[in-house]
Amino acid sequence: MELFSAKEVSKTYASQQALTQVSISVEEGTIFGLLGPNGAGKTTLIRIINQITAPDSGSIWLDGHLLKPSDISEIGYLPEERGLYKKMKVGEQALYLGQLKGLSRRDAMKELKVWFEKFEITAWWDKKVMELSKGMQQKVQFICTVLHKPRLLIFDEPFSGFDPINADLITQEILKLKKEGATIIFSTHNMDSVEQLCDHIALIDKSKKILDGPTSQIREQYKSNIYDISYRGDLNIETHEIARKYAILKHEENGNGNKLSIQYPEGSNSRELIKDLIDHVEIISFNEVIPSMNEVFIKVVKQNS
Amino acid sequence: MHKILLIIQREYTTRVQKKSFIILTLLMPVLMSALMFLPGYLMTMDDNQTRTIAVYDASAVFLGRLENSEFTKFKFIPKEESQTVKNDLKNSSYYALLMIEPNFLTTKAVQVISERNIPWDVKSQIQDKIQGIIEKDKMAEVVKETNIPDLEKKIAATKTNINVETIKVGAGGEAKKSSTEIGMVLGYIFGFLIYMFIFIYGSMVMQGVMEEKQSRIVEVIISSVRPFQLMMGKIVGIAFVGLTQFALWVILGITILSASKNFYPGASHAQQIQNVMAQSQDATKQAATAQIDKMQEVFTMIDTINFPLLIACFIFFFIGGYLLYSSMFAAVGSAIDAQEDAQQFMFPITLPIILSIIVMMSAIKNPEGPIAFWFSMIPFTSPIVMMARIPFGVPYWQLALSMALLIVTFVGMVWVTGKIYRTGILMYGKKPSWKEIGKWLTYKS
Repeated sequence: MELFSAKEVSKTYASQQALTQVSISVEEGTIFGLLGPNGAGKTTLIRIINQITAPDSGSIWLDGHLLKPSDISEIGYLPEERGLYKKMKVGEQALYLGQLKGLSRRDAMKELKVWFEKFEITAWWDKKVMELSKGMQQKVQFICTVLHKPRLLIFDEPFSGFDPINADLITQEILKLKKEGATIIFSTHNMDSVEQLCDHIALIDKSKKILDGPTSQIREQYKSNIYDISYRGDLNIETHEIARKYAILKHEENGNGNKLSIQYPEGSNSRELIKDLIDHVEIISFNEVIPSMNEVFIKVVKQNS
Repeated sequence: MHKILLIIQREYTTRVQKKSFIILTLLMPVLMSALMFLPGYLMTMDDNQTRTIAVYDASAVFLGRLENSEFTKFKFIPKEESQTVKNDLKNSSYYALLMIEPNFLTTKAVQVISERNIPWDVKSQIQDKIQGIIEKDKMAEVVKETNIPDLEKKIAATKTNINVETIKVGAGGEAKKSSTEIGMVLGYIFGFLIYMFIFIYGSMVMQGVMEEKQSRIVEVIISSVRPFQLMMGKIVGIAFVGLTQFALWVILGITILSASKNFYPGASHAQQIQNVMAQSQDATKQAATAQIDKMQEVFTMIDTINFPLLIACFIFFFIGGYLLYSSMFAAVGSAIDAQEDAQQFMFPITLPIILSIIVMMSAIKNPEGPIAFWFSMIPFTSPIVMMARIPFGVPYWQLALSMALLIVTFVGMVWVTGKIYRTGILMYGKKPSWKEIGKWLTYKS
C-alpha cells in the first residue's frame, strides 16, 4: 500500500529550477532511497515533504489525503544540516523537541527514558549539548527524530559524524523501525548503505527524476553482460578465438586459480558463452556481475550530463 | 497555538535562568543607586584637609581681613618671609602662597603660587573672599558719597527671583499647576527607557535567531512548527524576559530606596522637618515652611500628570516599538551567517532609533512643534518621541493616530520580515545582497 507520494512537484527559486515535475511513490513499510548529486533538488523535495517550503505546482499525498499541517506529527525528519541548542541540557532539549512534535511532556519523558537506556546515554541527561562529542550529539538527534513514533521518517545523511560502530547501531535501528512498520525516505551519498537498506530508489539530477525503481531491479537493468569466471586449465587467450568474439576485461592465470572477467556482445547470451568456454577449460564458478549502486549512480548521472 | 507557547516558554526560561541575566538584574539597581548616591556621599566626605595659605599683601587692602574657613586658613606674612616661602614652598609649612601686588586695585589680579594645582574649591574660596571684601569697600564708599540712608539694604532689596507658575487648563475649565521641568524629566526617562529596551532586547532577538541558524537546529524545529511561529515565539518570549527584568528592577529599586532612607539619621523626611521647626528661630522657621510648600507644590504638579494614561501609553509604545524593531532584528539575524556581517543590515535599523533619541531631545523642549508632531506619528520614531510628549499632554486624536499607525506598520513589518526570515534561516554560505533579500519576499511558503 502506498503511504506517501509526490505528484508532479515543481519548484523554482528566483533564478534556479529546483524541481521539475518530480513524482515519487513510497510503499508503506519500505525504505525508499532518494539519491542524486549535490544540488540536484533532493533537499528541496525533502523540505516540501516537511512543509518547510511549498511547491509551485504539484501535490503531496500522505496516506491517501493531501498533506496538511497537522501531518507534522506523522513525520520525523533528520535534516542534513542539523544541530541542537548548544547551551541547553540534553534531556531538556529532547523533551522540548518531542513536545514540539505534539507529544505530551509525560509521554516524551517516557519514550526518552526507553531510548536513552537503549543507547546507553542516560548519564548525559543533565549535560549541556556543547559538552558532547559530535557523534554523541548525532545520537541524541536521532532519538529526537524518531521519538514521536512517526509513520514516515526522513533521514538525510543519517550516518555522517558516526564511527563505524555507531553507524552500524543506527543501521540496525533503522531496520528495526522498518520492521515495526515505519516507512522511511533515506537520502545519502553512501551507495553501500543504499544497497544494504533501500528497497526502492529514485535518482534526481538537475531538478528532474531520471531513475526510479526497486533497487535490485535497477541493478539488474544496469548490468552489462559481464561475467566473472574461475576455471581450471590453460586458456591461451591472446590467440584464442574467444578473444575475437568476446571482450576480455581481465585475465589472470597463476597456480592458485585462473580468473577471467568477460563481456559478451549484444545479441549473444550466457549459454553461448558457457558453450564456447566449456570446450577449453573446466569451469569452477560462473557469476554474473551485478553493478553496484555506486556504478549505476555514476553511469546514470554521467549519461544525463 | 500550543506550540508557540512552548517556544515562548523555552525562550523565556533559558534566558531567565542564565547567570548573566541574574547577575545583571541584581547588579544594575546597585550600580544605578551607586551612581546616584556616590557623588553626593563623596562630596560630604572630601576636603577635610586643613590648608594654610601664606598671604603677602603688598597693597595692604586685606591685612587681617581674610577670614579663615573651616579647612582653609590664611596667614599674613611680611615681604622677607614671602621670599623664602616662595623659594622653598615645599619645606615651608604652607600649602600655597597668595601674592597681592601693591597696584592690586587697578590690576584686580592676584597670584596663587603652589607646588601642585590647587583644588577648584580652594581657588573659588579665595576668589569669593577677595571679591566680597572689594565689593564691600566699594559699597561703603558709595554709601558715604551719596549719603542715602539704608542704601545697602535698599540695594539688597532689589534682588528678585521670579517664579513662573505654569498652569494647565483642563477640559472642565479647572486650572491646575503644572510643571514643565517634571514633564521634561518624565519624558526623557520614558523615551530613554524605550530606546534601551528596543536596543538591548532587539539585539537579543537577533542573537537568538543567529544562534539557531549557526547551530543548525533551525531546520529541525521548523519541521515541527512554522517559521513564523518560531520567530514570533522568540520575539514574545524575549519581550517577557525584558518585562521581567524591568519589573525586578522596579521592585529592587524601591527596596533600595526605602532601605537607604533608613540610613539617614532622623529617619523620615517629616521628622526632619519637625526637628527643624522645633529648633529654629523665626527666619529658619520661614525657610522650613517654604520647603514644605515647595514639596507640596511638586506633589500637586506630579498630580497634574495623568499617570494612568502615561503608564498605559508607556506599556503600549514600549511593546509596540519593541515588536516593530525586534521583527526587523530577527530578519537581519536570519539573513546572515556571522556577527561580522550584521553591520550592513543593522544600519537601516539603528538609524531611525538613534534619530528618535535626537528628535526626542528637541521634542522635550518643544512638545507642540512640527518636528515633535511628525516624528511622533512616524511609526519608526513614534514610540520614543511620543513618549517624550505625553507628560505635556497630547491631544487624543494624535495619540490614537500614532498608535494606529504603529499597529498597522508593525503588522506589515512582521509580514515582510516573516518572509525574509523563513527563507533566510535556511540559506547558508554567502552573505545575501539587498536584491536577493527582496526576491525572498516573492517565494511561496
